Amino acid sequence: MPTAPDNRITYLVGKSGGELSAAPLVPYDELACEFLGSLSAALLADKAAKLYPDVISFAYWCRKANIARLRREFAEPNVRLGLGMVFHIAPSNVPINFAFSYAFSLLAGNANTVRVPTRDFPQTGIVCAAINQLLANEKYKNIADMTVFIKYQQDDGITGEFSGKCAARIIWGGDQAISNIRKLPIPERSREIAFADRYSFCVIDAGGVLLADKAALSRLAGSFYKDTYLMDQNACSSPHLVVWLGKGAAVKEAKEKFWNGVYEATAAKYELQPVNAVDKYTLLCENAIELDTITGFTKHGNYLYRAELGSLPGNMEALRGKYGFFYEYNAKELDSIAHIVNTKYQTLTYFGVEKARLRDFVVKNRLSGIDRIVPVGSALDIGVIWDGYDIVRSLSRIIELK
Amino acid sequence: MPASDMHKQKGETNPSALAGILDVPPFSLEHKEKAALYLRALSDLTKRHYAGCPRYKRLLDALGFEPGRAKSPEDIPFIPVRLFKEYDLLSVDRSQVVKTMTSSGTTGQSVSKIFLDRDTAANQTKVLAKVVSSFIGKKRLPMLIIDSKAVIKDRNLFSARGAGILGFSMFGYDVAYALDDRMRIDIPLILAFLEKHKGEQILLFGFTAIIWEHFCAALKTAGTRLPLENGLLVHGGGWKKMAEQAVDNEAFKKALRDVCGVARVCNYYGMVEQTGSIFMECEAGHLHASIFSDVLIRDHRDFSSLPAGRQGLIQLLSLLPSSYPGHSILSEDLGRILGEDDCPCGRKGKYFMVYGRIKNAEARGCSDTYANSAR
Repeated sequence: MPTAPDNRITYLVGKSGGELSAAPLVPYDELACEFLGSLSAALLADKAAKLYPDVISFAYWCRKANIARLRREFAEPNVRLGLGMVFHIAPSNVPINFAFSYAFSLLAGNANTVRVPTRDFPQTGIVCAAINQLLANEKYKNIADMTVFIKYQQDDGITGEFSGKCAARIIWGGDQAISNIRKLPIPERSREIAFADRYSFCVIDAGGVLLADKAALSRLAGSFYKDTYLMDQNACSSPHLVVWLGKGAAVKEAKEKFWNGVYEATAAKYELQPVNAVDKYTLLCENAIELDTITGFTKHGNYLYRAELGSLPGNMEALRGKYGFFYEYNAKELDSIAHIVNTKYQTLTYFGVEKARLRDFVVKNRLSGIDRIVPVGSALDIGVIWDGYDIVRSLSRIIELK
Repeated sequence: MPASDMHKQKGETNPSALAGILDVPPFSLEHKEKAALYLRALSDLTKRHYAGCPRYKRLLDALGFEPGRAKSPEDIPFIPVRLFKEYDLLSVDRSQVVKTMTSSGTTGQSVSKIFLDRDTAANQTKVLAKVVSSFIGKKRLPMLIIDSKAVIKDRNLFSARGAGILGFSMFGYDVAYALDDRMRIDIPLILAFLEKHKGEQILLFGFTAIIWEHFCAALKTAGTRLPLENGLLVHGGGWKKMAEQAVDNEAFKKALRDVCGVARVCNYYGMVEQTGSIFMECEAGHLHASIFSDVLIRDHRDFSSLPAGRQGLIQLLSLLPSSYPGHSILSEDLGRILGEDDCPCGRKGKYFMVYGRIKNAEARGCSDTYANSAR
């Protein structure tokens, strides 16, 4: 196990020096499940945590009942054990993902060395404090022996040392980060999951919007707001493109209804910063100067900008809005947009479209991308199935028994 | 429309925007007259750039704005200053460009590029003279520049800083530089200069951050107090570095009084994108728009124009830029209009204050772990 490298590392959870017991557990081990349930309860009772919706959503996700449900649904016919020590490199910009990454891997039965974001997010401290408090309890000694959270400035020496000893490495980050970290070898038998930069979009059926009554429309707008504005559209699963299905007149009417709803939700809840307004307007100007595919812009104040596309460029995933800037395109048929989808595509959020139709769109067109198809409102709901992986199964091994 | 007819005449020396007002006293127009002038002049400039700069045309088309449609100066679209860093924006043929100005970005940062033709360059000089002389008088004064001569000798450094020094040098004579080539204060040189001009009023000029670090701090360290009670100091270039050290205009003035007793300190606000038509601080401590420029304050939530007293993003208007579409730009500064036509100093036009740069918000989302931490 890693011996104390040096004082460049801060140990937020676990023994200084990062020593841990790498002996694996079975997936959904009883003590591990109980521990996550207790962590949930501790965070939900924590006053400081209440200020951070992301901490609360993590706490809500790992509540006892949800973990019990996941355990039931796991329904694994094979004998399984975790892999050993999993080394996590959390994203620098999403404060809470280190906690999810840890929880998924613990559920798979692994010991964990988690590198938290270098930046001082209050969320890091809140979650680590709650974990430390629980791990001080003799009951969770086994979990304590398997848990280390560390923080260090980017350093290939340190990353290389942990990488060289891990049974699996999980990298959250942009494409450049992943290719840089991949230069640092992991042992021959080790596995790796890279959560790379992805692109997401939304499909809305105009007819569905036109059928929606006032309450349903306001729910839809609120859900769309949650998928996008909550993370300023910076999350990989936040949509940048809205594809409208339907005939011209219906789409026109549906758009108006939908976007007015989104604008209302936004104007009421979103705190637009002056710097964001300038960034957004600058992006609009850049698009106007550079892109021939845009046929027009619609501005709803500075809260919501829409760029209408006359055709979909081949590198659609390069067009990314921020702080409420969306590209939209009218398609008669879903199949007509299949050509834009590539491995960069992660989440397709939908409204008013049948699941079977969406499944067929991906399967029949034999698409290389789209790993998640979820209703509008669920874009950010991270879980044990993510980015095309079943994380618990990917981070555990089968013991074939005949 | 006679104004737009004037564009069509070949060989025209002065763009219509400034026609007839170069001889008007720079702080003489009241709101109504100025609004009428600006509607006409800015509409003309907008048409000119629309016709001459394809990128500007694409932008206005995308915004759905037809040049000539404006009903008030507020209707004229603005372009974010950052665009001058990203694109070459010019409305004249490159062969007409006599000077390209750049902003003084630190190494690695992209810089604004501003393309000047003969008319625009000449007008910048004329207008700067008109505006500044309203504050320091028409008479040339012995001048001490608080900077190093290397700035104007080295072409690589020739940027907004060099242009500012050269531009302001026309207000002085017997120009001396207070800092040596390594930016160290040259106290013997300054003392000799003051001895030579004993009893005369002295004009001092420099950039705010440079004065603070290489003059105020250096004099304090040296424990020297300079006899500059007859001095008149003009400075500009922005408060970004000062804000980082929590130094405001008052603290700056006090520090200057302490090290050299300078009686009058006059800040100016301006951008390389609108060189010449700068905003000077009056005796009452207010920044003033002359007839050559104006400010509007925009609500960041919808870009509506805010009344006096409300804080918002500063939009800058200038009648000078005729070779590039910089007549209406959105700055990244926050400010507030204090009043119009009624400043105790007696100058007409808007007067305002600047709070400084908009804050960079923390990015949320899953962007690059490596790139971010490696920086």
